[in-house]
Amino acid sequence: MLKIDTEKCTGCKICEKVCPFGAIVIIDKIAQVQDNCTLCGACVNSCPAEALSIERKPVSKEELDKFSGVFIWGECEEKDKGIAPKKVVRELLAQGRKLADSLDQDLTVVVLGDDKLQGLETLITYGADRVMRCQHKLLGSFTTESFTNVISAIISKEKPSVFLFGATPHGRELAPRVAARLHLGLTADCTGLEINEKGELIQTRPAFGGNIMASIVSPYTRPQMATVRPNVFSFGDPDNSRKGEIVDFKVILSPAAIKTKVVAIERLRDEREVSIEDADIIVSAGRGCQKKENLHLIQELAEELGGVMAGSRAIVELDWIPHTKQVGQSGLTVGPQLYIAVGISGAIQHLVGMNSAKTIIAINKDPNAPIFKIADLGIVGNAMEILPALIREVKKSI
Amino acid sequence: MIKKMKILICVKQVPEITDVTINPETGTLMREGIDSILNPFCEYAVEMGLNLKRHYGDIETVVISMGPPQARTALMRCLEMGIDRAILLADMKFAGADTWATAFTLAETIRTMEGDFDLILVGKQAIDGDTAQVGPELSEILGIPQIMYAVGVELTGNKKKIRVKREIETGNEIVEVKLPGLISLSKGPMIRSVSSFKEILDARKKELRVVTASDLNIDENELGLKGSFTQVVKIFPPQIKKTGMVIDGSEPQDAAKKLIEFLKERKFI
Repeated sequence: MLKIDTEKCTGCKICEKVCPFGAIVIIDKIAQVQDNCTLCGACVNSCPAEALSIERKPVSKEELDKFSGVFIWGECEEKDKGIAPKKVVRELLAQGRKLADSLDQDLTVVVLGDDKLQGLETLITYGADRVMRCQHKLLGSFTTESFTNVISAIISKEKPSVFLFGATPHGRELAPRVAARLHLGLTADCTGLEINEKGELIQTRPAFGGNIMASIVSPYTRPQMATVRPNVFSFGDPDNSRKGEIVDFKVILSPAAIKTKVVAIERLRDEREVSIEDADIIVSAGRGCQKKENLHLIQELAEELGGVMAGSRAIVELDWIPHTKQVGQSGLTVGPQLYIAVGISGAIQHLVGMNSAKTIIAINKDPNAPIFKIADLGIVGNAMEILPALIREVKKSI
Repeated sequence: MIKKMKILICVKQVPEITDVTINPETGTLMREGIDSILNPFCEYAVEMGLNLKRHYGDIETVVISMGPPQARTALMRCLEMGIDRAILLADMKFAGADTWATAFTLAETIRTMEGDFDLILVGKQAIDGDTAQVGPELSEILGIPQIMYAVGVELTGNKKKIRVKREIETGNEIVEVKLPGLISLSKGPMIRSVSSFKEILDARKKELRVVTASDLNIDENELGLKGSFTQVVKIFPPQIKKTGMVIDGSEPQDAAKKLIEFLKERKFI
């Protein structure tokens, strides 16, 4: 239950403004809780006097079984002057559909944004039964505070059995914040999800840099929460005959709940430029490219093949390319049709970021480089001598 | 008297992971003979804390770690780098904690012993678990704002605010927040600290406090494995993709031809 320390409460009304359910009213300069409080926790961290706290008790097995519905976060990105769901959302919809069918429950995708939100109808064609639209001017760009408040409010009210987030940079700052607020188990960066005979979500993920796999359950908390690695689960073509509904979730947010302030943005990737996460063809450079000046060969080959350039952590640390193009455990996970690794030895931290690529070509001087273990075609040799010849041949062939 | 600024840095000792494998018979981790190191991202956080202290002065720096008694080695390293004092949460009752139980135990320790902190620095993720969850969970439990994936930190407003440069998917973002707050580091400062012989000797005189479960006001059921919301049910080795063809000893021109044939065969050109 929500406890109010009447000694500390100053009657400032911030909790009243941030409560998504109108469940707090100030009477005689003291906050009072109403019956419709869902314990979403939006008020607790907003209180400047630290007068609010929530006591959460373990939930019984019978209570847990009442939680129903598979929910996913429909993360958006800037697209054509609006904001629309990212590719990872289609992957989550495909996998979420399977889970929902195993559980015989509905699949809901929760989309947060301002009036520039678009592309929501397509989410139904990719498998959603319901699109929950959360529109507010404070949701136009991501902040952990506002997004945590809205997602926590939805979970507290809707009580789903499963909630999935893409393991994107934003997903990985948002999901743990929600999990900690609502006291929920959370598994990071899953690459496998299935329902067992007890109806529990089995969450499988790599650990120790990808050297081992672990299967994890959250037996005591609902929803079962996981972040899901992008570019691991595939999705099929949209089905335009699918039926579903778009519903609005009434968002109440106050600027008082948002403490971080973005003062400047430095764009290193143009919004029209394809992100390496979404690219079909990637030519990726490693330290074996010897010097920054040689990267024009990588760029040229990528352009000739209609793809994009990326690179290993090593060359990001050398400042040859920005972090927005980094593949690997501490960078981005990619899943192109074709990945050409040039001068990348293939440390396990790199491999886990690209081993779901359909076709892998590796060019490296060292015949023992681990990258050759997962390559469909490996060429042992000096990439800086091979690439000019290859580019000439590609130009002839196109 | 004005209170001195206090920066807490949460760190983790991790195994050097490159050679961790599973014993195929028992299904357990083979960790014998593997060296332990201070997690590289935590080292960035330590360096950032020291850098802020060097630059702005009059700041106390404290490292906190939860781990086995051997994690003392990682904390000694932080003290040698220049950190003022260290706290080690070591107790069998903390063992087996998932990210929630870890964050909760750290938060209770901080509330009980270091509640007057101004800033918490953490690494973006640990290279063994790679969850990147403890930082955000800790900041939520403590009710403070978080700024993740930071690459640069400045103190402003008479040390009452921070201005952070952080990595986002399309580039970088400059974010400001009033303290207290938590920052996770993606990169360290450019100036790295090399410990002098004197610093290494001095480190032995610094305070390294060991905290056990009985020092904290937490029910035993909320600690370690018992206090965890997630449970590992199985560990197993990853599937290795079948090896393709590797060609060695070709001239560059021939290698290029082989590549072209392959790209045509797979219909990329």
